[in-house]
Amino acid sequence: MENPYLPYPVRIDDIEVATEDKSLKTFKFVFLNEGDEEKFAYQAGQFAELSIPGVGEIPIGIASSPVEKGFVKFTVFKSGVVTTHLHQMKVGDVMGLRGPLGNWYPWDTLEGKNILIIGGGFAFTTLRSSIVYMLDPANRSKFGNIDVVYGARTPGMLLYKDELVEWEKRDDINMHLTIDTEAPNWDYNVGFTPTITEQKAPQADADTYAIVCGPPIMIRFTLPVLENLGYKNDRIILSLENRMKCGIGMCGRCNIGKELVCKDGPVFTLEDINLTPKEY
Amino acid sequence: MKVIKIDKAKWASGVSSLQGTYKIIGPAVDGDAHNFKELAKGEEPDFNFLNTKLSPKSIVFPQSEKMLEYSVDENKEDHHIMKEVKKDYSPRAVVGIRPCDAKAINLVKMNFDTDDYKDPYWLKLYEATTFVGLACDKPCDSCFCTSTGCGPYNEEGLDILLKEDGASYVAKALTEKGETLLGAAGFSDAGDEAAFEAGKKDAEAKITSSVQTDKLKDFSTLDLYNADFWEDLSFACLNCGTCTFACPTCWCFDIQDEVKGKDGVRVRNWDSCMFPLFTMHTTGHNPRGTKEHRVRQRFMHKLKYFVDKYEKGIMCVGCGRCVNQCPVNIDIRKVCDVMNNHVPEPVK
Ligand SMILES: Cc1cc2nc3c(=O)[nH]c(=O)nc-3n(C[C@H](O)[C@H](O)[C@H](O)COP(=O)(O)OP(=O)(O)OC[C@H]3O[C@@H](n4cnc5c(N)ncnc54)[C@H](O)[C@@H]3O)c2cc1C
Ligand code: SF4
Ligand code: SF4
Ligand code: FES
Repeated sequence: MENPYLPYPVRIDDIEVATEDKSLKTFKFVFLNEGDEEKFAYQAGQFAELSIPGVGEIPIGIASSPVEKGFVKFTVFKSGVVTTHLHQMKVGDVMGLRGPLGNWYPWDTLEGKNILIIGGGFAFTTLRSSIVYMLDPANRSKFGNIDVVYGARTPGMLLYKDELVEWEKRDDINMHLTIDTEAPNWDYNVGFTPTITEQKAPQADADTYAIVCGPPIMIRFTLPVLENLGYKNDRIILSLENRMKCGIGMCGRCNIGKELVCKDGPVFTLEDINLTPKEY
Repeated sequence: MKVIKIDKAKWASGVSSLQGTYKIIGPAVDGDAHNFKELAKGEEPDFNFLNTKLSPKSIVFPQSEKMLEYSVDENKEDHHIMKEVKKDYSPRAVVGIRPCDAKAINLVKMNFDTDDYKDPYWLKLYEATTFVGLACDKPCDSCFCTSTGCGPYNEEGLDILLKEDGASYVAKALTEKGETLLGAAGFSDAGDEAAFEAGKKDAEAKITSSVQTDKLKDFSTLDLYNADFWEDLSFACLNCGTCTFACPTCWCFDIQDEVKGKDGVRVRNWDSCMFPLFTMHTTGHNPRGTKEHRVRQRFMHKLKYFVDKYEKGIMCVGCGRCVNQCPVNIDIRKVCDVMNNHVPEPVK
């Protein structure tokens, strides 16, 4: 019987400070045992449990993309016990990785569709994974227009800046970067994510899906904007977070109604979410 | 299906002869009540009980259980690498489990044994165990098993059903595991199946308490969730967790790391939806931040979410433990009836 609680041993291969306030770091892991990377085959939108022996386990969205091989990446906000410990760890340290867990953005359904991605703050991790996946030469032709609205407080709080700049230069993805208030040397939009969405996002049609990830406040103000643009609830895709332990639907804490966020989610359509208690 | 008659005079020696092959777990006096425990050589299961105070779920789901182990000693080559813990999964038999508790284990199995994932700890203990049930001829006042899809002679989840019959026991082997155990104990005299039929009728007639569950599946989740009765139903609750602790169908758990010196273990412990920390986010936001939320979660899980998810009825076998042990008399029978009789607001 395979033990779904047993993490793969991994080594920290690289650590990058991801934001100017140093509250986020991106960790690159490599698997210690041959064959484990193949077993960890994942899809954009899934998460994993980062498992630090002696400290604990935390669910974190996978920030690297299925098309990137040889490593997996996570971007982690320093907040409580495990994340603070992780921020103090060094390149070369050994820990565990359990997953991939949960469902993913519905890539089969999304094929042939236009995609609007809306991200706010540091909830851009699995969105990065998704964009890199869609822009991969083997995949780009499978999707229609790709629009990305991504906002942060300041330029220094945007994640993956080098890539954002690269994507800005491409003509097969429409980037709408924004910051909350004016800043020197900022050539893009200024304003909150919902406002920029209103101004820049494409009108909805039957072939356009919106994927939204961000802090609760951003989601609250973005949903009415999407509604005004004509997006139906089954065309709006969200990724939820709840406190988790097992990540595999066993321990009973992460449910919204009969759905388990860890196993039936974290990805749900707004239509599905509207049928369940708002316990997230 | 084999039916065997066991002379009570030969019972003790038969059970004791099993102890070379099986660990025997049975009801025993524990303070002011009975509870299940591993019996010492020669110790007989004490059948002079109505039901145990705690459910026997700990036989397959210990209250605290090691999951993984590791060393944090950087001088060791394999430091910080998690490993499986060696465990004893030798055969064991629980002798005297009540039919409701056996059914409960069957219900909980649906959580731990899924198409996507198998919980190895729960399943290995389950597979190692032979369940020898003891029919209830004297149900307690608070039992309502006959209206929960169970009953005092229910056979689900059992390998053997045992019933007292004057100077003997009659044993019905329900599975191969059960037959093996009876053989190993040297019990082989043929018994009469009719004893079960008569006993079952009498016992069921003694159960006077019931719940109505027929309409639960027809409500929309949000109709029940948003109903106006939750504040009232949860008003007295202390969120003490006694109900979930005692309940045979509650399975929620927590996972924690513990380190002594340089040796670490990852353990799981029973947890409860009644505790605020159960769902508290790191940000301080708590999706079930009030006791009303938490009481609602317990009953909605048992009486609605579970019903919809598995289509196997409610997640309660009617053992009555939570009814008897709740310090403020919150009664699932009442809650169930309130939910079942709910009249949703007409859609405007
Ligand atoms: C699907 C999903 C994806 C996520 N993706 C990301 C991401 O990409 N990046 C990111 O930064 N965050 C992400 N998060 C959030 C992240 O999981 C939390 O920030 C993280 O779990 C916080 O862990 P902590 O140990 O630092 O916080 P704490 O609040 O200290 O604790 C969380 C854990 O510590 C233990 N613990 C601490 N205190 C107690 C206590 N009093 N009693 C019992 N146990 C305790 C428990 O093991 C608990 O689960 C995601 C969450 C989910 C559900
Ligand atoms: S036993 Fe009673 S008071 Fe305690 S948590 Fe359960 S319902 Fe509330
Ligand atoms: S009566 Fe109470 S303790 Fe017994 S199974 Fe039902 S909910 Fe659990
Ligand atoms: S985290 Fe354990 S059930 Fe979802």
